[in-house]
Amino acid sequence: MREIALHLMDIAENSVAAGSRNIHMDVLEDLRSDLLKVSVRDDGRGMDAETAKRVLDPFYTTRTTRKVGLGIPLLKLAAESAGGGLTLETESGKGTRIEASFLHSHIDRMPLGDVGMTMLTLLVSYPHIHWVFRYQVTQKDGAVKEFELDDKEIKSVLGDMSLTEPDVLKILRGMIEEGIEALMPQLEY
Amino acid sequence: MPAVKSLEELKRVREEALAKKQLKATPGNVQVIVAMGTCGIAAGARDTMKSILSFIETEHLSGISVTQTGCMGMCEQEPIVQVIVGDQAKVVYGKVNAEVAAQIMKQHVQNGTPVKVYVLPL
Repeated sequence: MREIALHLMDIAENSVAAGSRNIHMDVLEDLRSDLLKVSVRDDGRGMDAETAKRVLDPFYTTRTTRKVGLGIPLLKLAAESAGGGLTLETESGKGTRIEASFLHSHIDRMPLGDVGMTMLTLLVSYPHIHWVFRYQVTQKDGAVKEFELDDKEIKSVLGDMSLTEPDVLKILRGMIEEGIEALMPQLEY
Repeated sequence: MPAVKSLEELKRVREEALAKKQLKATPGNVQVIVAMGTCGIAAGARDTMKSILSFIETEHLSGISVTQTGCMGMCEQEPIVQVIVGDQAKVVYGKVNAEVAAQIMKQHVQNGTPVKVYVLPL
């Protein structure tokens, strides 16, 4: 996988498969502390201590269609290769939180990638899930900017209308693109 | 929190749809399902999805349901996309990159003819 944003999507798929109703996805870029942290938190079925240990093992998976589960081990490797690490908190019946951290400036840090497309894809493909996306950037001078997308209001406005209707898609895409664009430092010429 | 402007636009879109009576309780009669297991994502399934969504947006295709599924056990064929049109049998496509996805959307979803070369023999 070539982007942290793709790993995020992959981890979120596990949350969906765990029967979650609410999924929170956070991206925190802190240029002041040279840190990049991403996390996915869900209220799905969680894991017992035994399973939680095994999930970091590539030869463990809950799936029956193939015998390896590479998602979490791959993210762990990506984080550790960039001066960071992966933490997993989980409780059976309560949910799971996975966080990966990276040294922002590490030469081997994978690019963050297209976070917006990851958000849009998850949002429209799993309309029954309540998504909360948060992307926060702290600049070197300490200025903090944040984009949060909680889909609750969007869904209450749309009612039973599909999120993949073309006009709806256009607005959602614009909302996410503008929100992320506003986080980026304005270039001065 | 979503921008108020965007929420108002969404409200307007919904009202327009209601006025046209396009609103259905069950979304659409065409289903497009993209496999998004670790294998699918690593093979480029998000770009496939992006291509499908942007086709819907630019061609203004209404009533298409786009969803995801996990690994189907054919990782070597990823990205895999399934298309179900109305009551017809499901068609499963393999190695669907962004260009192939656009071709499937145009030829199969829009015009009803499956793109045979990418259909997986099941």
